[in-house]
Amino acid sequence: MRRYFGRKLLIYGLTFFVAVTVNWMIPRFMPGDPVASMVARANVARPEAVEAMRAYYNNLFGFDQSLWQQYVNFWGALFQGDFGLSIWLFPTPVSDVILGAVPYTLALIIPSVLLSWVVGNQFGAYAARRKLLDNTVLPVGYVLTAMPYMWLALLLAWSLGVIGGVFPVAGGYSFSMRPHWSWTFVLDLLHHWTLPFLSLFLVALGGWAIGMRNMIIYELESDYSNYLSALGAPSRLIRRYAFRNAVLPQITGLALQLGVLVAGALVTEIVFAYPGLGSLILNAIKNKDFFLLQGSFLFIVLGVLIANFIIDIVYVVVDPRTRAGMAGAQA
Amino acid sequence: MSLRVSELRVYYRTLKGEVRALDGMSFDLADGEIIGLVGESGCGKSTLGKSLIRMDGRMHHVGGSVELDGKELPIADDRRMNDFRFKEVSLIPQYAMSALNPTRKIRKMVGELLKSRGAALDAAELERRMDQVGLPREVLDRYPIELSGGMKQRMVMVISTLLDPSLLIADEVTSALDVSTQKAVARALLGFRDSGYVKSMIFVTHDLALTHHIADTIMVMYAGKLAEKAPAHVIVKAPRHPYTKLLLDSLPEVGVRYSERRLEGIAGSPPSLLHPPAGCRFRDRCPLAGDECAEEPPAVEIAPAHHVACWKA
Repeated sequence: MRRYFGRKLLIYGLTFFVAVTVNWMIPRFMPGDPVASMVARANVARPEAVEAMRAYYNNLFGFDQSLWQQYVNFWGALFQGDFGLSIWLFPTPVSDVILGAVPYTLALIIPSVLLSWVVGNQFGAYAARRKLLDNTVLPVGYVLTAMPYMWLALLLAWSLGVIGGVFPVAGGYSFSMRPHWSWTFVLDLLHHWTLPFLSLFLVALGGWAIGMRNMIIYELESDYSNYLSALGAPSRLIRRYAFRNAVLPQITGLALQLGVLVAGALVTEIVFAYPGLGSLILNAIKNKDFFLLQGSFLFIVLGVLIANFIIDIVYVVVDPRTRAGMAGAQA
Repeated sequence: MSLRVSELRVYYRTLKGEVRALDGMSFDLADGEIIGLVGESGCGKSTLGKSLIRMDGRMHHVGGSVELDGKELPIADDRRMNDFRFKEVSLIPQYAMSALNPTRKIRKMVGELLKSRGAALDAAELERRMDQVGLPREVLDRYPIELSGGMKQRMVMVISTLLDPSLLIADEVTSALDVSTQKAVARALLGFRDSGYVKSMIFVTHDLALTHHIADTIMVMYAGKLAEKAPAHVIVKAPRHPYTKLLLDSLPEVGVRYSERRLEGIAGSPPSLLHPPAGCRFRDRCPLAGDECAEEPPAVEIAPAHHVACWKA
């Protein structure tokens, strides 16, 4: 058990290291000079003032040091929880900007991922044994899962937002409001949250339902199911066993899909101008905000790694065969 | 009379037509009797075993009837058949190695299975039967993956017979085991009969030698029909059907060097059951075949308890 988790932690550590390094490299090797755009924003005409500003900013962000030095400094600052200052929202610290956006992203991703997984699995298992459902609803599932997130998001925004007028199509809350704790504000938040949530939920739902349907059909044909029916066990018991065993690959699927789901969430946020990490990343790219971009990516990488680790633990708990494997048995 | 099968016909539906896997089988099985059912692959022996407990989706009952302890078995009616399964008829499947749910501990699985059949788990009885087949009690608190193949096999044997069925179908239970384990399994099955856990048994196999040790009666099938049925020692010592004779001749004997005498198989292969030929189905491969074989031979009792379906017997 300790060796298993030790090995897992090592792999996660390595992934984290590589991800952070790539993350540091991408903005720096991207074309464009953020300092130049900051200076331009200041609208100063005199050349010596421009030069002074440029020197000041370069020094402030550490761009006057060698790349190698910048890389080492970056790791040092990271361990102190210092992500630097945002260029776009200068001089707000990056961590403040990100912490303002993370709750919105989490509020979108966690419910949509978990709910679509649970509902999709239940629905797929149910459809696997109803011919009518299998023939009518599963094609819809295929269409849903094949649909790009932003396309479904656009369709929903257009039909339910623009045409139907039922839901707002942009923002995390009404422009006329300030964030505060009250029922009106919470309801307003939920109102704005519905459409982005729905588009994430629906796309993922189709995939889980199809996967579960296939797994259940496979499990119901398996030897232990046949044995139980030969002994006259009611189909309720057999289906319960089949579901339990069919869920295992779905858990692995969840771990594999996590990155895709997060990417989908970011794109969906942009469609709905939802104030989460996705919109933040878009703005950071537009404004060549290295530090904000790095910080956002880092949060996403951390989030995906932590979620994967949780899934690893869950898998060990639910599948006795992984535990046997840990004890050195060859499964 | 424990089991009476008369003129049973079970066909498989395929895209090409009906495969007549079981084409008019009749036999009786007495209380306390063990019948060894032998034959080549595809002769219908597994189909017969399945028909008596649970037909799969492609099989359908065309004719004939099955009577167990005086009651007609509704073999074509999956729902009504459920009342008989496990309690009256039980099965040790061919796939015993993978018959247990991999994600349930065995004690829990057995408990849930019994509860779903309206029976309570008698832990003492279960452990007594496990002792009898040499399974340690800790097995109950393990997952199937933690058992060896032989242990899984014995566990399935204990589970299948837990409700003391009248008829047990053991389908190729020894084919995946090594010789010493085969013997232990055969002995355990005999023990189950002698302890009264099962009244009678159909032992489906293609291993004539092993069948001889455990069965009271051996029944030889060929191409969906009965070829010969007789007490075990008669089949081995004095077979009358040419197919049985050839089958016995093709078995290797211990201590014989086959460099001097080549071991003969049976030339040719069984007929397609999609469109079986008229007359005796063994005719094409039979060294004795003559003109009368164009007509189908009935199964005749040529000596007490010795039935043969051959004109030449």
